[in-house]
Amino acid sequence: MSEVVITDPRYASAGKPSGRLLEVEDLRVEFRTRDGVAKVINGVTYHVNAGETLAVLGESGSGKSVTAQAIMGILDTPPGFVTGGKIRFHGDDMLTMSPEQRRRIRGNGIAMVFQDALSALNPVFTVGFQIAEQFRVRQGLSRGDAKKRAIEMLDQVKIPFAKQRVNEYPHQFSGGMRQRVMIAMSLALDPEVLIADEPTTALDVTVQAQIMDLLSELQRERQMGMILITHDLGVVADVADRIAVMYAGRIVEEATVYELYAKPAHPYTIGLLQSIPRLDEKGQELRTIKGLPPNLMRIPSGCPFHPRCPMRVDDICIPNVPPLLQIGPTRASACHFAEDLVNRA
Amino acid sequence: MGRYVLRRLLQLIPVFFGTTFLIYYLVWAVPGDPFAGKCGERPCPQSYVDFMTEKFNLDKPIIVQYGTYMKNLLQGDFGQTFGGRQISDLISDAYPNTIKLAIVALIIEAVIGLTAGVLTGLRRNGFLDNLVLVSTLFMIALPIFVLGFLLQKWLGVDLGIVKPTVSNPPSFGELLMPGFVLGSASMAYIARLARTSIAENRRSDYVRTAIAKGLPMKRVVGVHLLRNSLIPVVTYLGTDLGALMGGAIVTEGIFNINGIGRQVYRAIVTKEGATVVSIVVILVLVYLLSNLLVDLLYAALDPRIRYE
Ligand SMILES: Nc1ncnc2c1ncn2[C@@H]1O[C@H](COP(=O)(O)OP(=O)(O)OP(=O)(O)O)[C@@H](O)[C@H]1O
Ligand code: SF4
Ligand SMILES: [Mg+2]
Repeated sequence: MSEVVITDPRYASAGKPSGRLLEVEDLRVEFRTRDGVAKVINGVTYHVNAGETLAVLGESGSGKSVTAQAIMGILDTPPGFVTGGKIRFHGDDMLTMSPEQRRRIRGNGIAMVFQDALSALNPVFTVGFQIAEQFRVRQGLSRGDAKKRAIEMLDQVKIPFAKQRVNEYPHQFSGGMRQRVMIAMSLALDPEVLIADEPTTALDVTVQAQIMDLLSELQRERQMGMILITHDLGVVADVADRIAVMYAGRIVEEATVYELYAKPAHPYTIGLLQSIPRLDEKGQELRTIKGLPPNLMRIPSGCPFHPRCPMRVDDICIPNVPPLLQIGPTRASACHFAEDLVNRA
Repeated sequence: MGRYVLRRLLQLIPVFFGTTFLIYYLVWAVPGDPFAGKCGERPCPQSYVDFMTEKFNLDKPIIVQYGTYMKNLLQGDFGQTFGGRQISDLISDAYPNTIKLAIVALIIEAVIGLTAGVLTGLRRNGFLDNLVLVSTLFMIALPIFVLGFLLQKWLGVDLGIVKPTVSNPPSFGELLMPGFVLGSASMAYIARLARTSIAENRRSDYVRTAIAKGLPMKRVVGVHLLRNSLIPVVTYLGTDLGALMGGAIVTEGIFNINGIGRQVYRAIVTKEGATVVSIVVILVLVYLLSNLLVDLLYAALDPRIRYE
């Protein structure tokens, strides 16, 4: 009962290297809790290549972070379990690797920037220790050399007085500076893919832009693939190449930034775009998507978005699951009426 | 930091005088005749009573007795027992034994309690976890004398693995069983404290970060997880030293250890105020200083805490 039809020709050669750096294919994750089984990820497929930024959008609870955790191998198990799919790095499925092989990919293959640096950094070690530790453990550097490299990393993320601040503890930094430390730490081993999970949400508005600029600058310099998880459609337009929109643990639309903003091919995306506050509509009521995200223990039949969809056609949408179909060279949508949406005048 | 320590040391002074006075008062207020039984079957001759009353200021108000005692104490003179023995001799005989016993207990509870706590915290709900939960419940529920007598009978008398009582002064080997008995309740508490702390921190964001950095699991647990989880355990261990020494009385009785517990008991019964206070004064000092040490240790372990 596979709900996802893969039409991208490169997927036809399942198992063979596709030339893609990181690709998630039909990933499924569930959380087994006392109250029941929540199907949190229900066939997510996306990829990222070197030098490009994929933005992942979606309401709270749509599974953006859980997908990232599954990629990093830091899912809370139990209750979370990967129940299907593949996560390929350089063509090799990480889900079938030994724990040791997977560990070696973390940090220098794929690294992650967390949302809340205050809780993500260890409170009892200096930031220098926490950065240098990677050089010592993973590259066998001496204490002295590792510390020098840690200072260099702090310099790279533009922390002033890096030489002194390397000896300070996380709580001694401001929110913005702490997130820079977090970024420095994630980049220490020069990863090929960086996953940034809402890297600016916990920060003051005034520093959000600075951190975002820093991230995209570093991404370009290092030609990393970046997966940027965010709620902020404004940020996406500035830094992303492609966008994947998630709903109830699925990708409902994927497109280049231009395509998606110009002509969204899924009613949920249309709703998201309409909920951005716009300068020229000041004073007008913000349009939001009606209704609530589904209960993941009882996902609606057919199109999971149907209870909230203004374009629903009951006979088609309620019984039939719309697969994620390719509707253009660089875009896909999981709506029965995607073509109609795109071909609208 | 230096000022903080100084302030804490100054705070010790009123606490020191307050507690010692209370103890002195308590011994004085307990009903009983200090001369009862001193002179065999007969009551003591009046000349003896007069002599002792004069020597120990027994007819003076309590405050004067206390004042005289303190004056001498501060000059390093603990005074004499009614029997004419130097209290300082008595202390230097008994205290080392109790300190040894308390340290053995502390080491045992730290090693066993921590190991059990860490292992079960990492792997909850397994066989080991249940075993530890049940046995710690036993240790907390069983009064210390029951556990003491049981072990003494089984291991000491029936099986003959260890000597049921200890020599004077006892060797460290002989103190293993008494130390285990004395530390049993704390051991159980430490196991539970460590278990909760490890289990809580295991789900924390910074442990997740450490894994995401590609550190080996050994290092994630041994460095990142353990360091944070040990903070409450270490501070508990620090405060426990004084409690173990003060609580050693029952254990010392069971295993016939010549420690301060036994001496205090004897002194209370015979109303030897000076002896009781002298022993307890040192205990109070141990308590106060180990408390200060714990606070400093806490700051050293957790950089977010700074004392001004
Ligand atoms: N440890 C967990 N135990 C149980 N359920 C979980 C756990 N972690 C996540 N979930 C569930 O998985 C779903 C997806 O969560 P996820 O964190 O991926 O959402 P998200 O898209 O990142 O949302 P947000 O924008 O709020 O970060 C949620 O419904 C959440 O309740
Ligand atoms: S498939 Fe139907 S219900 Fe789902 S988004 Fe498209 S129109 Fe709406
Ligand atoms: Mg999230």
